[in-house]
Amino acid sequence: MDSRTMRYVAAGVIFLASGQMLVPAQADEFDQADLDRWQQEYMSVVEQGEKLFHGGLGNRNTVSCDQCHPNGANTHPETYPKFQQQIGRVVVLGEMINWCIMNPLEGAALALDDSSMVALQAYIHQERRGRELAPGKH
Amino acid sequence: MSNYSRRNFLKTGGALLAASSLPISMVEMAFGKDSEQNFTFAYISDSHITQIKGNEFVRNWDRGLIRAVAEANLLDPRPDFVFYGGDIAQLGKPEEIDHGLEILGALRGDVHYVMGEHDYYVDLGEYWQKQLGPDHYSFNHKGVHFVVLNSILTHEEWMHRKWDSGMDRMKQMARLDNPDGQPFMVGDKQRSWLKADLDKVSKDTPVVVFSHSPLQKIYKGWNFWTDDAEQVQALLKPFDKVTVLYGHVHQIQTNQIGNISFHAAMATAWPWPYPSTYTQQTSYLPRLTVDMNRADPFFERDATGWQFINLHSGNVDVHYTLPDNEARVVAFDEKLGHPVDTKYQAVADRTSPQKHY
Ligand code: HEC
Ligand SMILES: [Fe+2]
Ligand SMILES: [Fe+2]
Repeated sequence: MDSRTMRYVAAGVIFLASGQMLVPAQADEFDQADLDRWQQEYMSVVEQGEKLFHGGLGNRNTVSCDQCHPNGANTHPETYPKFQQQIGRVVVLGEMINWCIMNPLEGAALALDDSSMVALQAYIHQERRGRELAPGKH
Repeated sequence: MSNYSRRNFLKTGGALLAASSLPISMVEMAFGKDSEQNFTFAYISDSHITQIKGNEFVRNWDRGLIRAVAEANLLDPRPDFVFYGGDIAQLGKPEEIDHGLEILGALRGDVHYVMGEHDYYVDLGEYWQKQLGPDHYSFNHKGVHFVVLNSILTHEEWMHRKWDSGMDRMKQMARLDNPDGQPFMVGDKQRSWLKADLDKVSKDTPVVVFSHSPLQKIYKGWNFWTDDAEQVQALLKPFDKVTVLYGHVHQIQTNQIGNISFHAAMATAWPWPYPSTYTQQTSYLPRLTVDMNRADPFFERDATGWQFINLHSGNVDVHYTLPDNEARVVAFDEKLGHPVDTKYQAVADRTSPQKHY
């Protein structure tokens, strides 16, 4: 449970227990400390992704993502989901990451919710932040 | 451009197997009236041969170099020599350099080598120089003065810092997008050597300079950059015709600065995105550059390749040879005074795959 849900529940409990007409704390309330913590959580996953992207995947042939995508360039996360003609259907970013893991890296595909997959995506998106969404763009 | 077609030089890539069984004499030379001045050479670069373990190497990079060597061997008429633009190895290991040289050993004709940062930083070029000789030198060929520079040096303090191992230092340099990266430079010592070398050459002699990094500033974040580029350019300024050919960037780049034409080589290993596609930073791609097509990740040789170079009357035409893709020709235009892509220079003529974002 994240701290936002906790607060919501806590507010409800107080309300019920006291049996009085309290003005409930705003359900969605969070402060700067929360924001800082969430950002920190996110950035630590970005950092983990950066390491994986730069040789941390442990694939036997030692090839790494950054060799072809410095700073995550040419990964175009803002264009997903999109039709990949060679796969023959609309795919999500993670499927294309797996394609590169299995081919140039000669490694084993990751589950789409694997923490390494999440981290790789966090890094790729972070390097591409600010770009307008362009789903489907080739 | 002049009076020959690519067909006269290369028995087309699409029919490689058939071509290799053709008698060489079937392809006629088609030089024009200035033929005695013209000559060609092949230019191969950036193979990044990578050792996995023992005698196992990354197949993809091996294939790129093997293919370039096989294709260059089909050139007819024969090029006068071959230039190798640097980064034979990925981590500069003797095994990698030797394996690369073994593949390059199949080339017919003389090969000249340029030092790349991936060859250098593990032992500061010691093994490379043991195998290949000095990292900067010059020679004359058919009235053209050729100069080779080691442009991938950096600050002495950094190079000679207390490193745990040479491999530590190499890994810092080998990472293109290293936020703690060090800028490349030719350095004072080599620049005085260059000055002395050029003092002996008459100013109407065409000069061709080989470096690994661009002797111009494009994007510092990826070392598409040489810190003392302007100082080197100043030494080249007095000459009528100068061409700088460089590797490192793994992509087609074209520029003209005053009297100096610049051309980059494609890699045999993998292509790089243009720096402008990294949107968090500003970069300066020369305006004359016509981007190569975005690479197709499903065809591992796409956007890799090699080039051959025709030196006519002291200017350079670069023929970029791409597997399963149309060759690109960037030739010096006498009237405009700079190189142009012979087919795609006009923005309106470019194709969708040439639009990078
Ligand atoms: C040998 C070079 C190479 C390596 C190594 C490599 N890729 Fe790729 N990858 C490519 C090329 C080329 C493309 C196509 C780029 C384009 O569409 O402009 C591509 C495309 C992609 C795309 C889709 C981009 C798009 O526009 O649809 C993603 C995402 C991606 N790579 C992620 C990765 C990740 C993550 C790794 C490491 C696990 C990796 N790549 C390793 C060459 C490589
Ligand atoms: Fe390289
Ligand atoms: Fe390089």
